[in-house]
Amino acid sequence: MTSYALEINSQKYNVEAEPDTPLLWILRDQLGLTGTKYGCGIAQCGACTVHISGQAVRACSFPVSGVQGPVTTVEGLGTPQLHPVQEAWVANDVPQCGYCQAGQIMSAAALLATNAQPSDADIDSAMAGNYCRCGTYPRIRKAIHDAAHILATSKANS
Amino acid sequence: MSKMMMNRRELLKVTAMVGGGAMFNLAIAQDGTADPDTIEDGVKSLNVFVQIEANGKIRIAASLPEMGQGVKTALPMIIAEELGARWEDVIVEQAPVDDAFGVQAAGGSWSIARNQDTMRRMGASAREMLISAAALHMEVEREDLRAVDSRVVHTSGRSRSFAELASLAVNQPVPDPETLQYKDPNNYTILGKKIPGVDNLAIVTGNADFGIDVTIPNMRYATYTKCPEIGGTAVSFNEAEIKNLPGVVDAFIVEPNNAAGNSNIPFFKEMAVLRGGVAIVAEDTWSAIAAKRRLRVKWDQAQASKDDWQDMIEWANGVAQAGGGELVKDNADIDAVLNDPNNKTVEGFYQFPYLAHVCMEPMNCVADYQPASGDVPAKLNLWMGSQFPGQAKEVAYNLLGVAPDDVEIKLMRLGGGFGRRGVHDFAAEAMMIAKQAGVPVKLTWTRPDDIHSDFYRVGGFQNMKGAVNGNGQLAAWDQHYIGFKTPTRDISGAGFFGNEFPLVAMDNARVSKSMKAIKTPCGAWRAPGSNSNAFVEQSFIHELAVLAGRDHLEFLLELLGDDRWIVEGNADIVNTGRARGVINLAAAEANWGKKLPAGTAQGLAFYFCHAAHVAEIAEVSVDSKRNFQVNKVTVAVDVGPIVNRSGALSQVEGSIVDGLSAMAGQKITMANGRIEQDNFHQYPVMRISATPEIDVHFIESDFPSTGLGEPALPPLAPAVTNAIFAATGERIRSMPLSDLGYNLT
Repeated sequence: MTSYALEINSQKYNVEAEPDTPLLWILRDQLGLTGTKYGCGIAQCGACTVHISGQAVRACSFPVSGVQGPVTTVEGLGTPQLHPVQEAWVANDVPQCGYCQAGQIMSAAALLATNAQPSDADIDSAMAGNYCRCGTYPRIRKAIHDAAHILATSKANS
Repeated sequence: MSKMMMNRRELLKVTAMVGGGAMFNLAIAQDGTADPDTIEDGVKSLNVFVQIEANGKIRIAASLPEMGQGVKTALPMIIAEELGARWEDVIVEQAPVDDAFGVQAAGGSWSIARNQDTMRRMGASAREMLISAAALHMEVEREDLRAVDSRVVHTSGRSRSFAELASLAVNQPVPDPETLQYKDPNNYTILGKKIPGVDNLAIVTGNADFGIDVTIPNMRYATYTKCPEIGGTAVSFNEAEIKNLPGVVDAFIVEPNNAAGNSNIPFFKEMAVLRGGVAIVAEDTWSAIAAKRRLRVKWDQAQASKDDWQDMIEWANGVAQAGGGELVKDNADIDAVLNDPNNKTVEGFYQFPYLAHVCMEPMNCVADYQPASGDVPAKLNLWMGSQFPGQAKEVAYNLLGVAPDDVEIKLMRLGGGFGRRGVHDFAAEAMMIAKQAGVPVKLTWTRPDDIHSDFYRVGGFQNMKGAVNGNGQLAAWDQHYIGFKTPTRDISGAGFFGNEFPLVAMDNARVSKSMKAIKTPCGAWRAPGSNSNAFVEQSFIHELAVLAGRDHLEFLLELLGDDRWIVEGNADIVNTGRARGVINLAAAEANWGKKLPAGTAQGLAFYFCHAAHVAEIAEVSVDSKRNFQVNKVTVAVDVGPIVNRSGALSQVEGSIVDGLSAMAGQKITMANGRIEQDNFHQYPVMRISATPEIDVHFIESDFPSTGLGEPALPPLAPAVTNAIFAATGERIRSMPLSDLGYNLT
């Protein structure tokens, strides 16, 4: 067991873990941050997507020993108020079962952080790592465009 | 609604169905199970579904499992509408698993069809009690009062809020259900609107309650490893090594138990058997998974499956050539018509693979077992997502001898169901591991466990022969289903329901089936049976239209014959008028027959299942390297009046994506009893880039509303393969398309 100092959602944590423990299980089992989901364990489905230093990564395949930089999970994304992506997700009634949506939202938020007006091709590329078995893709695409619009409007107003 | 108490229950028997067509009887709460007691300070209960808080909020119970099909929003909408509530005032709460809420099962697209009347009664009954209270409170005639926007309003304009009336309302007599009057749909303020899912905020902030997220005091984390050859049992394993691994607290063999699969409900019989294996119990999930990877088990494979997909294909080809089979529908003249030199004939051997459910949330269950102690009987608490949570009580009784009243089930949100979470094999494992370990456990399946231990969509074959006469009309339809059963019965989704169009509508048809017993567990997968039969039948109609040199749309409409119920009064069998309606609407909206560039074409399919009539037209582009793209799918649906327009559209959109995902590249294969796919790299789910434009149109006929979780899926595959034929001239008769070199882009 090794001790790791982590910054997650702007809070500092010290955790004890085997070095190869995926970040996912630290979040879920040790810290109780269960919004990040287990889907496949091999970075194929994206249900476990979180941000490390703003980059979307698959927490199921990212060892805790490799975490360098602040981590954001879905619980920390929209605080104190909802992130525009979350707002657009609710307004478009995107979720069906909802299990993959935290990962979808984290990928979408990472995309918009670097690309304020993504094209459909940009969305295809940025969201390619996230499965939705319920088939909410048409609404995910619409919600990302809407979130981009919300961001643009709020910037214009500030 | 967890604090609700039910103290007056009257139960009546209804017939319900789950999964794939099994009939059984269960109890449902009768109207007027009102509980006038105050549940907690300031909260008044008008019946088991409706409570009113002092602050004006209206709590409505959602009684059925929510797996993404939208019932947690749609069914409370029906109550709120009849109640006269303002939707903004409504708080929806998941009901406890309790007989007072009726059959708490989600499957078969029956949730709306079978619960809407009860929901209406509950809303209307509570409304009448509020109106009675207002009549007393305001000293006016009941007839001059109506409920609107969470208030009871008098013709004079005076009004009282539901919250003001609630204390008085709970003491009003429960109306006789026969006397209840229902709202005129023209006055609806909630039904038919686009209402977002009630759990959306929780989902997007990571706070939704899925089974896999549950933690209880003293809980340990378990994995379970079964024999890769299905049905093998564990003899021994590297116990000392496993128990010494970091975080591991226990590891042991679990013996198989077939009795766990006993059920009073035919659909579930033999299903939730406990398969033998090795449990690892650890301090956390990762330690249990890491240890599982180091596990070395000696298996006894004497009883294990030897099923082999390549052998099955060979067997089916032989059966198809031999012909025959058990007759489902006979016509003595078929051979003569097929052999008549004046007719043109076509024959096609169709094949569809096994499929896994791959719910995004792998199977899991938290179990807390307390053994009997003195006079106190054994108790079991379960937390899980389930499509039929109450059935787990049967499993608990079979396996542990715990009486149904001593089993408490906390139903969590389901991270996908699709038919998989009706069967409680995962709960059987969790409860037995908890018992043997002597601590509460959360069992989490890894994704490979989930793919290896499914109740698969059964694969199979159909050999089709048909003839058209000199006038280009269908003259003979000869259909031979070649598929699989358990030793004792047909598998759910194998063979025929007897409601398939076209065979129910045609006299000149012969239908037979040949079934072989297998050991691979199979079960309900979104639109069981229909999801493969539609591909075969609606493709073959197109084959016959092409043979006749006729337009597919015209040929299909001709097959329908006169507008009628095929069996008068039986809504489970196609109505040709409603079929014609959706087919014509889809054709009009898609501009059927429009000029398209080379390599791009439209394909049409209609299907009837789950009491729904659905027509779809796919526009598909194919290039010379067999890259194909579904540009657009136009869908026309008749399920009667729409309850939640947003939810209904979601179900259709999801069905299109799901259908495309499955046909493009999914298959489960068995080699010598072992499932050959382990994870998503070998069982791909469609990604966002391939999503077509989906254009949905509803015919809101006057027939009662029915469900949409499944029926938009079956027509998708034949619509796409018919389009590929139109674009390329190649007839697709087997799935998935990736096996034929096609690549969905």
